[in-house]
Amino acid sequence: MTTVSLDDYRAVAPKGTVEFLRCLAQRARGRTFLHVNSTRHGGGVAEILHRLLPIMTELGVDARWEVIKGDAAFYGVTKAFHNALQGQDQAITKEMLDVYAATNTANARDLSLEGDLVLIHDPQPAPLIEHRPGKGKWVWRCHIDLSNPQREAWRLLRKYVARYDAAVFSLPRFAKRLYIPQFLVYPSIDPLSEKNRDLCEGELNGTLERLGIPRDKPILLQVSRFDRFKDPIGVIDAYRLVKRHKDCRLILAGGGADDDPEGAAVLAEVREAAGTDPDIHILELPFSAHLEINALQRAATIVLQKSLREGFGLTVAEALWKGKPVVGGAAGGITVQVIYDVTGYTVNSVEGAAFRIRYLLNNPDLIAKMGEAGREYVRQEFLITRHLADYLTMLIVLTK
Amino acid sequence: MRERAEVPFEFYGCIELRRLLGLRAETEKQLVGFLKQVSLDSVCYHTHGSLLRHRYRVGVYSNDFATWAAIQVRDRVLGERLAVLDPIDFVALSDLRERIISVVTDHLKSITVVPRVVHGEPFEFIESWVVGVPLGIGAYTLEDFRKRLSDLDNSAIYYHAVEARVRLERKRNDFAAWLGDSLDLPGLAARVESLDPYMGGLERLRSRMLAYCDEVLSRGRDL
Repeated sequence: MTTVSLDDYRAVAPKGTVEFLRCLAQRARGRTFLHVNSTRHGGGVAEILHRLLPIMTELGVDARWEVIKGDAAFYGVTKAFHNALQGQDQAITKEMLDVYAATNTANARDLSLEGDLVLIHDPQPAPLIEHRPGKGKWVWRCHIDLSNPQREAWRLLRKYVARYDAAVFSLPRFAKRLYIPQFLVYPSIDPLSEKNRDLCEGELNGTLERLGIPRDKPILLQVSRFDRFKDPIGVIDAYRLVKRHKDCRLILAGGGADDDPEGAAVLAEVREAAGTDPDIHILELPFSAHLEINALQRAATIVLQKSLREGFGLTVAEALWKGKPVVGGAAGGITVQVIYDVTGYTVNSVEGAAFRIRYLLNNPDLIAKMGEAGREYVRQEFLITRHLADYLTMLIVLTK
Repeated sequence: MRERAEVPFEFYGCIELRRLLGLRAETEKQLVGFLKQVSLDSVCYHTHGSLLRHRYRVGVYSNDFATWAAIQVRDRVLGERLAVLDPIDFVALSDLRERIISVVTDHLKSITVVPRVVHGEPFEFIESWVVGVPLGIGAYTLEDFRKRLSDLDNSAIYYHAVEARVRLERKRNDFAAWLGDSLDLPGLAARVESLDPYMGGLERLRSRMLAYCDEVLSRGRDL
């Protein structure tokens, strides 16, 4: 990742943002801000931390990032836990909980957990709270959809979360009944990252050629992990309904993540559902394929994010930033990013997705108009500069 | 009209930390119940605070209560009755709260079934803590003031035009107060004071103020 400075955001952030951030940061200067999560690569949290930390450092905040380590058994447990917290039926046994707690205990011994503000991201490292040092505020940052968790899974997690000084959620509906303060912070995208920066025609065409994607017909694209909550099979079904009326291609591009052991099984199901259709492209991309995802999003005519459950779904903001309308499932943060009839459409079924895709393909002027609205919306609400301001404010308010 | 003020206008920006209160109203009656309990910071967030959010996210009306009633509950009558309330008319947030409660209560008296969310989203109460941030920018002259105003983060417009009056309980918005008192421009101050941010947003407020300043600068005298 190339190094950028805050000044580089002048061209993309709303007017006056950079000056504002410098002034805000004066009040947080010298304080330590530690982030802890479970993966250095893959997923929106890791991506944004890679960029957020250097900028915080540039602004005089002592920002650090620790990553917990675990074996396959640990990631198997946390994946099951993750699914249960998002409402899927999962058996959580005592043995699994023991692995969860023991791995965190081992990490607590190895990691430096000192900080004026310690932000623990997601459930995987949540038990670290049992090992907090004497000083500093500890805040649990939840990136997943907790609106309808399996009751037992939430009961188990709650015993850790309740011990934090505060919790942060991405949407109001994810907040839980807790006696600690709960804050709302939307996640964000980095417009200067490899995944979101502007591409020249040469880069775009070269990348698509390498991926074997022709641009001879409209492209429908879904970028997401191969995960049942993202409903890739539903996307294929919707594409087939559209294809009866309008010739198009479908690309399902999935990135892996260190902490997602279930992806291979879902990928196999997707391949089977796609069959031998030459217009369905299933791309299994490594976590580092940022340029490829960027090119695919820019080449797409319409971007889909037909999730059944979603934390925030930042691929939506990525697509909007590139001027693409999004047809997304009415789940999690997609409903905040997709403003119906303005930046795209939220849908509740395969048929609903197919109808809106057809509608947009038949109205190219609307595609352009929505794309423009989407980019401006993201500029104000979902860029890393706004996220940075929120975190600095938390640091100032909670550690004063 | 004074060429140069003795005391500069010090620009502040602001940012809000949003706290989720865990109170979710699914019916209009619950909305009233929770509205009586929540802090005035929450009333502020759902009314004045909408100016700090993008217009797409605010919804059809400029306060969250009206938008929720109209869109999520699909009670357009209540939505319209709440939408017409102009937050700027209320000196104290407590008065604004009482008025919203009385509008919803009167509405409920006139119907037999309490409207509720069926397919929409419940109303989520949030409160905001606004942190003022000195931007290190001062203006002594109208020309300077105009120049600075054109480049600022729009949270500064909110802070001086809305936050100053609503939560810091200043009698006039900061811009009007300084233009009138420090530059002796009562005409310009009155025009600025009369601008309604709820009918066009912060950017429109900024552009109108810039236009008024330009008019004074080109005429060389007050409006």
